[in-house]
Amino acid sequence: MKLTIEFGGGLELLCNSVKVHNVKVDPQDGEEKLTMKGLLSWVCKNLIKERPEMFMKGDTVRPGVLVLVNDCDWELSGQLETPLEEKDVVVFISTLHGG
Amino acid sequence: MADAEAAKPKSGGARQCSVCNQKRAALKRPKTLQQICRDCFYSAFEEEVHNVIVGNQLFKRGERIAIGASGGKDSTVLAYVLSELNRRHNYGLDLFLLSVDEGITGYRDDSLETVQRNKIQYGLPLKVVSYKELYGWTMDEIVKMIGLKNNCTFCGVFRRQALDRGAAMLQVDKLATGHNADDVAETVLLNILRGDIARLSRCTSIVTGEDGPIPRCIYSPNAYRGFAREFIKDLERIRPRAILDIIKSGENFRISASTKMPEQGTCERCGYISSQKWCKACVLLEGLNQGLPKLGIGRTRGLNNDHKMDATQTSGSKPCGTLDF
Ligand SMILES: [Zn+2]
Ligand SMILES: [Zn+2]
Repeated sequence: MKLTIEFGGGLELLCNSVKVHNVKVDPQDGEEKLTMKGLLSWVCKNLIKERPEMFMKGDTVRPGVLVLVNDCDWELSGQLETPLEEKDVVVFISTLHGG
Repeated sequence: MADAEAAKPKSGGARQCSVCNQKRAALKRPKTLQQICRDCFYSAFEEEVHNVIVGNQLFKRGERIAIGASGGKDSTVLAYVLSELNRRHNYGLDLFLLSVDEGITGYRDDSLETVQRNKIQYGLPLKVVSYKELYGWTMDEIVKMIGLKNNCTFCGVFRRQALDRGAAMLQVDKLATGHNADDVAETVLLNILRGDIARLSRCTSIVTGEDGPIPRCIYSPNAYRGFAREFIKDLERIRPRAILDIIKSGENFRISASTKMPEQGTCERCGYISSQKWCKACVLLEGLNQGLPKLGIGRTRGLNNDHKMDATQTSGSKPCGTLDF
């Protein structure tokens, strides 16, 4: 499915300073439907070019990275379990870099 | 599947704002754990800031206030909220944006662009002061002189003073700087780890003389600081209120009257707050200008003890306030 993925707050530096990525992602390993969990592993493999530890910690994003799915904090949509749909917009913002 | 669909915010009204019960919730406030929509968050935030301003009598009608503008999110929020509240509640303040250009090739391009946008968006006059203008040296020139290793000292000291000196040039009554809760909590922790009691008791106060949060070094980010930040973000994940609780603890630190505190005087040379004869920036600058850049780094106190220097005219430092939220 087609998704828009955006990086901000300095995270774009991990992907060649490109902030907005229009991508096509299929369900990941064994998932019936793409979830944020699958998307994170896809992003790590395909978009993050350096210092992945600035983005991930364990199997989820590093504390201090804000995740929005369609302008809504993913805490409200089930975090890793959040199901994704065609044309969803997923935004990752680091709050760890200077204000 | 049906449950997963229901949890999905965009599938019509699944999770509504607990304040207005109309719009869909966009975030969970760590402070209250309320799920609220974007508009309700804005109004709650603005109302809280207004209450803090009024409750602490931070400003007086007719005052000139500089807003420290770095182009980052904290200062952008500050510029927005102050200009909005000034209008809405008719504070009668003269607001200015004040930005510092360190003179590092490429470093400020993005952020100065954001500051320019803030100027237009909020209709505020903008003053950009450069290190070159303030100190006679750009950060690039300093690095060329001393190499990459020691510039942390310069970075910290010069950045801490740059806004205050710029504020004096603008002849404002107060300087407002924006800090997020993470930064303040981190500073509380760092001051505890360093055993810096004096700074610990000052770092959370809403109006300060000298200390804001400890400035970041832009050339080589501090590993110690990185650790503190990661630690508080880990804590927050377990308990969202942890960050506010750390700040609260910092605020509650009271120094007993018998503890001897370093005296706060002013620098003979530039008038900036200093416990020594010369402030740290003036010592560092003197070293640079004499071609002895290591002067003032580490424990060297040569200039403060041995030399008697004429007080030269520079920016008369004004009382400067820091506004935290
Ligand atoms: Zn609402
Ligand atoms: Zn001085």
